Amino acid sequence: MKNKTNVLPREGEAQPSRCPDNTAFKQQRLPAWKPQLTIASVLSSFFLTGAFCLTVGVCLVLSANSVREIQIDYSDKCSDCSKLRENSSNWNKECHCSVNFTLKENILGDVFMYYGLQNFYQNHRRYVISRSDAQLLGRNVNIQRSYCAPFSTYRNGTPMAPCGAIANSIFNDTINLFYNHNSSVIQVPLLKTGNSWWTDKNVKFRNPESYNLSSAFAGTARPPYWQKPVYLLDEEDERNNGYLNDDFIIWMRVSAFATFRNLYRRVRRVRHFTEGLPAGNYTFHISYNFPVTRFKGRKHVILSTVVWSGGSNPFLGIAYLVSGTAATLTGFVITGIHLKLRKKKTYFQRR
Amino acid sequence: MSRKIAPGCFSTMAWKKHFFKETCCQCGAPDMETQNEELEKRGKVRKRKKKNENKRVIISNLPFGSKKWKENPNRHYDTNEIETTKYNILTFLPKNIYEQFHRFANIYFVFIALLNFVPVVQAFQPEVSVIPICVIMAITAIKDAWEDFRRYKLDKEINHMGCYIYSREEHAYVEKCWKDVRVGDFVQLQCNEIVPADILLLYSSDQNGICHLETANLDGETNLKQRRVVTGFSSQDTVFEPEFFQNTIICEMPNNDLNKFKGYMEQPDHEQVGLNIENLLLRGCTIRNTEAAAGIVIYAGHETKAMLNNSGPRYKRSRIEQRMNRDIFLCVGLLFVMCLVGAVGHGIWTGKFWEHPPYDVPDWNGNFVAPVLAGFYMFLTMIILLQILIPISLYVSIELVKLGQVFLIHNDIDLYDEEADLPIQCRALTITEDLGQIQYIFSDKTGTLTENKMVFRRCTVDGLEFSHQENDRRLKTQKALDLDREDFTKLQHFTLPPMNLGRAATIKPSTMRPLRRCQSDRARTQGHTRSRSVGRRDSSQSQVAFSSPIEKDVTPDSRLLRQVREAALQTESFSPFIHMKTSTSFTDFFLALAICNSVLVSTATAPRQRVTIPPPIKPSGITLEKIHQIFQRLKLASLSQSFSSSQSSSQLGASFSAKNTEEPLAVLESCDNENDSSASSGGQELQDKGSTEIGTASLDEVFRSATNTSLPTDFCYEAESPDEAALVYAAQAYGFILVSRTPEQVTVQLPQGTLLTFDILYTLGFDSVRRRMSVVVRHPLTKEIVVYTKGADSVIMDLLDNSTKGNISSDKRLKRIKERTQKHLDYYAHDGLRTLCIAKKVLNEDDFQKWANFRREAEAAIENRDELLIETAQHLETKLTLLGATGIEDRLQDGVPDTIVSLREAGIKVWVLTGDKQETAVNIAYSCKLLNQRDTVFTINTENKETCESLLNLTLEEVKKNYEYDKPQRKLFGIIPTSFSATEAPSPEFGLVIDGRTLDVIFQGGLEEKFLALARRCRSVLCCRSTPLQKSMVVKLVRRQLKAMTLSIGDGANDVSMIQAANVGIGISGQEGMQAVMASDFAISRFKHLKKLLLVHGHWCYARLAKMVIYFFYKNVCYVNLLFWYQFFCGFSGSTMIDYWQMIFFNLFFTSVPPLLFGALDRDVSAETLLRLPELYKNGQNSEIYNLTTFIITMLDAFYQSLICFFVPYLMYKDSDIDVFSFGNPINTISLLTILLHQALEMKTWTVLQLVVMICSVAFYLIFSIIYNAVCLLCSPPTNPYWIMERQLKDPIFYLLCLITPIIALLPRFVIFALRGTLGASLVLKAQQIEKLPKEQQDLEIQKLRSRKEATSGAPVASPASNDDLDQSSSHLCVSPFLPSAAALPPRDTENQGVSASNPLGRRTHDEGYYFFNRWAEEESAATDSSAGPSSGHQPLVASRETAPGQDGGKLTKDYLKNFHYGSHRRSVSSVTL
Repeated sequence: MKNKTNVLPREGEAQPSRCPDNTAFKQQRLPAWKPQLTIASVLSSFFLTGAFCLTVGVCLVLSANSVREIQIDYSDKCSDCSKLRENSSNWNKECHCSVNFTLKENILGDVFMYYGLQNFYQNHRRYVISRSDAQLLGRNVNIQRSYCAPFSTYRNGTPMAPCGAIANSIFNDTINLFYNHNSSVIQVPLLKTGNSWWTDKNVKFRNPESYNLSSAFAGTARPPYWQKPVYLLDEEDERNNGYLNDDFIIWMRVSAFATFRNLYRRVRRVRHFTEGLPAGNYTFHISYNFPVTRFKGRKHVILSTVVWSGGSNPFLGIAYLVSGTAATLTGFVITGIHLKLRKKKTYFQRR
Repeated sequence: MSRKIAPGCFSTMAWKKHFFKETCCQCGAPDMETQNEELEKRGKVRKRKKKNENKRVIISNLPFGSKKWKENPNRHYDTNEIETTKYNILTFLPKNIYEQFHRFANIYFVFIALLNFVPVVQAFQPEVSVIPICVIMAITAIKDAWEDFRRYKLDKEINHMGCYIYSREEHAYVEKCWKDVRVGDFVQLQCNEIVPADILLLYSSDQNGICHLETANLDGETNLKQRRVVTGFSSQDTVFEPEFFQNTIICEMPNNDLNKFKGYMEQPDHEQVGLNIENLLLRGCTIRNTEAAAGIVIYAGHETKAMLNNSGPRYKRSRIEQRMNRDIFLCVGLLFVMCLVGAVGHGIWTGKFWEHPPYDVPDWNGNFVAPVLAGFYMFLTMIILLQILIPISLYVSIELVKLGQVFLIHNDIDLYDEEADLPIQCRALTITEDLGQIQYIFSDKTGTLTENKMVFRRCTVDGLEFSHQENDRRLKTQKALDLDREDFTKLQHFTLPPMNLGRAATIKPSTMRPLRRCQSDRARTQGHTRSRSVGRRDSSQSQVAFSSPIEKDVTPDSRLLRQVREAALQTESFSPFIHMKTSTSFTDFFLALAICNSVLVSTATAPRQRVTIPPPIKPSGITLEKIHQIFQRLKLASLSQSFSSSQSSSQLGASFSAKNTEEPLAVLESCDNENDSSASSGGQELQDKGSTEIGTASLDEVFRSATNTSLPTDFCYEAESPDEAALVYAAQAYGFILVSRTPEQVTVQLPQGTLLTFDILYTLGFDSVRRRMSVVVRHPLTKEIVVYTKGADSVIMDLLDNSTKGNISSDKRLKRIKERTQKHLDYYAHDGLRTLCIAKKVLNEDDFQKWANFRREAEAAIENRDELLIETAQHLETKLTLLGATGIEDRLQDGVPDTIVSLREAGIKVWVLTGDKQETAVNIAYSCKLLNQRDTVFTINTENKETCESLLNLTLEEVKKNYEYDKPQRKLFGIIPTSFSATEAPSPEFGLVIDGRTLDVIFQGGLEEKFLALARRCRSVLCCRSTPLQKSMVVKLVRRQLKAMTLSIGDGANDVSMIQAANVGIGISGQEGMQAVMASDFAISRFKHLKKLLLVHGHWCYARLAKMVIYFFYKNVCYVNLLFWYQFFCGFSGSTMIDYWQMIFFNLFFTSVPPLLFGALDRDVSAETLLRLPELYKNGQNSEIYNLTTFIITMLDAFYQSLICFFVPYLMYKDSDIDVFSFGNPINTISLLTILLHQALEMKTWTVLQLVVMICSVAFYLIFSIIYNAVCLLCSPPTNPYWIMERQLKDPIFYLLCLITPIIALLPRFVIFALRGTLGASLVLKAQQIEKLPKEQQDLEIQKLRSRKEATSGAPVASPASNDDLDQSSSHLCVSPFLPSAAALPPRDTENQGVSASNPLGRRTHDEGYYFFNRWAEEESAATDSSAGPSSGHQPLVASRETAPGQDGGKLTKDYLKNFHYGSHRRSVSSVTL
């Protein structure tokens, strides 16, 4: 078409007909389903949706209600410590505080212990990227070129291990739970491993290869805010040390919102606690290290159980209930319109 | 094959020497210029080059043949190698990228990608962020590369075609490739070869130095064109020897005018010979009927006229794209606001910390930026982050969708014309959806509305009218026959009528086949460009021997035939000065018809072979076929009751054979030497015989002789315009058979078989300025020099000899003839016939010589030759004697009225712009339902600005009055207020007829606005006698002032400007060549195809594209807003919760194909319903799918949906231990589902394809996410979505979220759709509902809808019954006012007739409540009454002319009233000018 004059007819060669093929596709006659959105045709879908949403909603709300959760804000209760931490020069001074609370009823089942932070913007763009996954994989990489800056190397060129702002600002409070059982204080056994994702622990995070951890991290230095190097994070358990430390791994999974919780420990279900946490008085012993007053943040510690539908957040159930109701109501309204129109006979098809 | 390289011994020294010599020569030759040049600075060398560029000097290559190419003086010219590719392998990348950067969006995206490399503002990993733009540009580049590669392959094929070039070494023509042809080479061409370059013809094997050329490849014209050897070369008998060619050719620079070439050839003795287009063989044409031709190459390769004419497809911006660009700017505004929010938010957020928190990461050096600066950086970051708010893939998607749409349009079998074997051609790829928004159609008449298939209908000779009733009847039966045959062939191909079967065996194949071959030959070589009439003739004659083609056979009027016979006898009896005057004018009339044209004769037996010697008539010439033809004539004649068919066919046959034995002798003799006494005696003999026969003249005899003489009707006439052919066939019917035509001579066979050979002294071709053509011939018998002129009646009438010669009686007679002829012409025009006047003039020898000298000078002139030629022609064509006039019918194409009615129902206004005369145009307008008999038709013909203005004002006032009256009525019924908006509003019962002169006044007098105000209120406008320029001006006016979508449709070269001026140009590939097609955006072969093209494809394309564009906006806004909402939770830091790869792929792959498919394939309403309910078209006309309101609504919906998609997961995961990407993953999935389901809601047609693509999109997303999340440990550091998808797929919350969120997001839209579907105001929805009904109910509902629409629109369309009634009552108008006996009715009668036609209108409209019509009609009739009398009723008008400008209102009104003619469009009326 374009080169009209260039198209040369070939002598003696019969040109095939230019008649277009009479195929359904080319003639745009493919068999088709033509859905029609009219009240009559969609009426059932409203009621069906409504019924379905209401059912699911009820289930969700019920299951969310079965979650037992206790949340304790200890940022004020440890005001001394928080004052101490306001001055960053006191970073190496230890500070401890205790928080008492009472469980009115048993928390049955698996009990999870979280620490919660408020107003901590882990999702800040420059914070989120300030890490080196390659380094955390145990690879010997030049972190100078990574996104870790300025938390990549010290002035003298020693690289930080682990590098980046996320690792640097790790939550370093230590929380222990004690059960005051008949005037005797029993430490609640807590599991510190197995809290992170399996894939993180086994694939995503690797310690550098070496005969022992300290030599593996030789030539590197701890991040500036840290009190001890990375290979001393858990001196008891070799498999929970270095980059493989569960607390570290969990911290490195940056949270989506400024207010968040991270899984800290799980109650080990032994002895008194085979059923969960029995009702009674408890005490949190907290080694207060993490400063929050600088950014007007708060710290919590949370004890909670989980169900199939997640935590205690009832929102999803409510959403289902509300939309189910809305769909049903709309269904009724349009049924009304439908009937009214039919009566009036101004309906198009009947006119 | 390749060019022979100069011998190796030719040293570099040698060629250097030559080179220097050459440069020396160059310095020496143009002294003046070099001197000038020395004064100028060196930098102006270019300018000098330009100066030289208005001439091109070419000499033969042969003297330089043995030398290297560099020394050749012709070396500066292009070689014949063509390269239409835009790129080559090396330049592709830079050039293509450069071209792509012409698109603003690409620059924008590249800028953003680059911005991302700046560390302080980067939002994503910079390497990744260049991917989308790269992909988009790569797709575009691949598309371009593919197109270019196709061009390359085609070029290569053409470049390697063979041709024969003269080689000096071999002293012969050797075969070489086309690409090796150089300017200055001698090329030899054989019959049926394609000309490789523009070649100056120096030799032809034809004895007259003529070469026939078929230019179908160039302009689609199938008739042969004659080219002649340059003067001075033609006489030589020997074969042309290139080596002796010493001349220099000086000609103009290459240009693209196919019909013009100027230059001269300087011989060694400085004698100059003029050259013109007649001497040039154009590249791409085919040599026909000439054994061999040779010439020198003038232009080669890209400089050839063919290539210069070859411009690629046009790029036009469609209306949707324009609107889209506007909306993109809205999006940019939105983006700006969002970025500003981000920037301010971030500034405040940063500022509220008195100490930097640990999550506020300092920059590389450990410094923190100030809040304000941080805010500014954040602004840029946000631009990067939210960039896809501007839909990056929209442009490339639109291009792809349009390709798909074009593909589907092109493949529509309904738009395929079987006769021409031609589907619709879409030449513009970018404006498919404009087809769905057309508001005004500007149509040409001839060839567009009509078939351009001319049928001789009537003629008037010497003031006597011959009605050709037999012919009428024949035409009617022909029509019936056509219909029968169509049904017949449809049913069964092989069952011929029994009579035919019985005789089929006796039909000699030799006589049958040639005819077929003649046609099929051409059909094969030119494919689609074959003219229609040929095609029909072919099929009909081979199938049914009885049938005769409409155009070819003319049944003579018996009365006229008798007179002609008598006259012819007298002419031949060597007594030219004795016979009656009338007889000569009869003879002259038909001689003029036969001679005065440029028809080419070829015979069927020797296809396309020009007949130089009249073929002896073989006895075998009488075939059964012919007998059948005769039979048919007899039958028809018996119908006319002027002939009693009592003769048997055997008798007839016997008489033929008896005659035929004698005739060849006479023919041959008379041919050999006309003046020879033996010939004259032969002629005498024949004449004697003839006279005896005629003496006993019964009608049988007349008929027999008529059929007899038409025996050698194997002549194929190839005319440049169908009118000419029709006239020649008419002459043939009366026995004046054009036997042969050469440039020097034309041979005509007279009724009695005598052959007269006229020497053609000059042919003054037809042009649109003169509007006539003439031939100057020397009469072989009387030796008189006669000028025969044929032309438009208005022109010829003015050129008639008005001088009184003293002879009062003859003067009176002439005057009477003129008057009568004029009257007849008016009737013809009224009947819708095309009129031509035939006139003659006898020159004496001296005058002629004087003029001939004058003419020769003009021909030799190089400067303004054209003007001179026209001037000389005008000089000759004066003082003519009127011979008569002809009326030719141009039949309406089938389906035209239906199409026009449908288009009008679709709310499209159809204007006809034609060069034809007013009466003809108006009649055609009525017959094709453009105007209705009920319509009030205003006719404005004036040459005075003031009058024109006041006429316009008054008309407008009246129209407005009616319009306003009409309006409230509509509101009463206004059930559907939205679908009938402003464009439909004007009351549709006015017609406006305006002529070219008035248009001129309007354009020059600045009355455009008034004209438009009036015209837009009229339902159709007819512009007659308009020039191509005026046509395009009208189109532009409407397009610019009314901001309307315009479409022009035409078939001829005169429509090109109009086609180009309109938004959409449509060419009809008809009989008038391909210029219109070349200029058009779409080329169809029949007017009726317009209906489906617009109503169906236009509607679909618009609906599809509009929905797709709006969907793209929705999609991007919806998706980008998710990121924006997240900024409120991350301190406006520019974080994303979605992995960047998944984000890129979201737009590029996951959600790109369904909208593409939707844009190409969705059908909201089926084709059948669209055709049955044309109002559906208004949907697109009013831009109902994509306008600002829908855009804003969609944007709001997008905001709502994105809010839902973000906040439902947010509220779900709030305060939990969710991490960033685990939060982003469900959001991404949800928005994908929502966006696809939104698409699903929009989709009206679900075929397997759509379903598969939909499912595939989701599946692809899931699979990609799973694989990506499983494999990518370090894919895009530092973000890492490892194993997120897998984990979430195990989480019931993820599924529950993905279920509820789309439901909430789409519920409102779903409810509104459902409500709209039920309460639905929109016609489209109704149509969709109708389609669900069973067949019969569908018809009923459509009927209902239509009738309701008519009621609401307030059109005075009564019930169908009254409609018919009216048609009948007014049908007498269409009945010809001619009666065979009464050649002329008194003018008064016709006047009354005209008025009476208007009166029923007035009455009827009165019934409808239009008082004003009635009043008007009464006044009109009163006015005519008052001016009634023997004198013309228009004299008062003429008298008022002087006072017109300063007239008071009252007088004007009167004038103005007189200028309205309801339905009466007689020339005498309208020609009165104010």
